[in-house]
Amino acid sequence: MHELSICSSIMGIVRQHAEGRQVQTVHLRVGAMRQIVPDTLVYCWSLVTEASELAGAELAVERIPAKIRCTGCGRAQVLEEPMLVCPSCPGQIVDLIAGDEFLITSLDLAEV
Amino acid sequence: MGRFHRHDHDHAHNHDHAHDHDHDHDHDHDHDHDHDHGDHSGYSTGAERVVVLERIFAENDHTAAANRRDFDAAALVAVNMMSSPGAGKTTLLAETLRRLHDRVRIGIIEGDIETSIDADRLSGFGAAIALINTSNGFGGECHLDAPMVRSALGRLPLAELDLVIIENVGNLVCPAEFDVGAHARTMVYSVTEGEEKPLKYPVMFRAVDLVVVNKVDLIPHLDYDLDAFYANLRAVNPGVQAIELSARTGAGIDAWCDWLLGLRPEVNPAV
Repeated sequence: MHELSICSSIMGIVRQHAEGRQVQTVHLRVGAMRQIVPDTLVYCWSLVTEASELAGAELAVERIPAKIRCTGCGRAQVLEEPMLVCPSCPGQIVDLIAGDEFLITSLDLAEV
Repeated sequence: MGRFHRHDHDHAHNHDHAHDHDHDHDHDHDHDHDHDHGDHSGYSTGAERVVVLERIFAENDHTAAANRRDFDAAALVAVNMMSSPGAGKTTLLAETLRRLHDRVRIGIIEGDIETSIDADRLSGFGAAIALINTSNGFGGECHLDAPMVRSALGRLPLAELDLVIIENVGNLVCPAEFDVGAHARTMVYSVTEGEEKPLKYPVMFRAVDLVVVNKVDLIPHLDYDLDAFYANLRAVNPGVQAIELSARTGAGIDAWCDWLLGLRPEVNPAV
């Protein structure tokens, strides 16, 4: 349930950027290597915002798949499972090049 | 960890620029979240899109950096110790204190959801202990974050300590996500948890500098394949160190103590 404290952090950032305007949607980008459960996040968001000016603001989660690049052969590939191994070069170190994102990309604010 | 993008947000001109895919993936990614009003392009009637691009952990990481500065100012080393519940963190800590308390001045930050049972087990070894109960009215946090650790620092005589061990809440998911400001991160894994744990919790196994493989005295009684475990561990974290030990019999604990004593603030900076 770290989604609950994460939602408090999201609220803080949203408030800074909304500057008092009504927030319709908060767009997040969440990498597959992040242990964030989108449904739980959305549920916790409704709990945390319930009694605030952000009540009713939607959380829209964009999932980013994990992607590695092999330091040996240079090949990049998308992971179905969190196995950080190059299929052609077992034992080579791979870099995680996508999948650990966790950020607020944008807000939809009501027109004034 | 992505870099901190802070864009000037010129509200008048930033309509619908949020979906410009600056990350380099060349495939279909998973758009099947439940909300169909998500990240579509095109103008939403009556709404203005404002670009934020701000990391959600930025505030935690800021506090973690402040914790690290305080540890550095006191010339001590801080270790974040994680595990699943029951892997043997507290037993290992008690054995560690028994061996090191007259050579090293140790402080313990003890994270626990509700009780002081673990802190009670560790008292009597001459260590300074600060307990953090993570109960927050919603049933308790499952991890320590940087602000929680910061709240405990005032209850430890940092200037008089050489080593601070942060015993995180027993959980293989949440603690891995939060930098608390430690110089090194370790996890206690026990062989009774099975060989496949690194594959199921890759974020935790990737987040640490050292994996303690505990309860090795039980291997003869288990259908357990240590080589398979190491293959799984290397698959998710090729460079990680490992120390096999039994907190019960004492085997391997000296190697663990040597690892602790070899830590320096400038070594293994937490990423």
